[in-house]
Amino acid sequence: MTQWRPPLSLIGAWLVLLALLALTVTLAYVPLGAGNAIVAMSIGTIKAGIVAAIFMELRHRSGLTLVFAGAGLFWLGILLWLGLMDFLTRT
Amino acid sequence: MPESSAFAPQYASIPHRDHTAELGMWVFIATEVLLFGGLILAYLVYRHAFPQGFAEASRHTEIVIGTANTAVLLTSSFLVAWAVEIFSPDTARITTWLLMGAACLGLAFIALKGVEYSREYGEHLVPGIDFQFAGPRGNSIQLFFIFYFVATAVHALHMLIGIGLLIALAMICRKAPTTRHHTALHSAALYWHFVDVVWIFLFALIYLPGRSSS
Repeated sequence: MTQWRPPLSLIGAWLVLLALLALTVTLAYVPLGAGNAIVAMSIGTIKAGIVAAIFMELRHRSGLTLVFAGAGLFWLGILLWLGLMDFLTRT
Repeated sequence: MPESSAFAPQYASIPHRDHTAELGMWVFIATEVLLFGGLILAYLVYRHAFPQGFAEASRHTEIVIGTANTAVLLTSSFLVAWAVEIFSPDTARITTWLLMGAACLGLAFIALKGVEYSREYGEHLVPGIDFQFAGPRGNSIQLFFIFYFVATAVHALHMLIGIGLLIALAMICRKAPTTRHHTALHSAALYWHFVDVVWIFLFALIYLPGRSSS
């Protein structure tokens, strides 16, 4: 009768995600100057990593699946890097 | 259909079929990453050009609704991951309920988004329909709200597609689920989690900037 129960890893991931949400909203009201944007994007990246690793089961995957999953990030990196380089370096 | 013919002739086995489906979903998700990536690139360029306007505009968004919607979406992702994990013919009933629960949370997200849009309309913050903002930063604030409406509307469209998929799978999985249904559910779950990840970043870009200053 225990086969319907969610694994502890899923419950843990869900609770950590909600805690990180509370943390990021709280920190948004703390004056950190340019640090606010860095904190918000860092916590967002951690949350996305948890969703990808645990909900999307990437921590149980290897090789080819990780390459396919990473391809999107790779192209996104090129898009943002080349797209922003001009604007960020203009004087 | 007997399980022995559950995979098409191009596959060597059921795991081979499932692996192929998973890789296909990740290719699709990569294209979606670039769709939202283009929007986010535009946002970053204009935020870099008008940092104060974007901070001020962000303070006019509904952070309570945005935060509640993030919690709603994270919880619905949890329910879908749970359904994928316990999927079997013996747990068809509970799987159906989990998927329906996730779909209802998705609808709650859309409903809250509607409340948010109507408030913004009331505050004359909808570019192209009714945008009025007194002050020196009106133009950059309008740029922010153009991004806001395009990005959240494209995201909401993805939500509606996902809700439809979840309801369809809940109906199908109610009776005699097979490994094919599990593969379909796994693909839909990857899509749903991806939509969740997009929202995590939209939330950080739309609602959080500018909160610590006034």
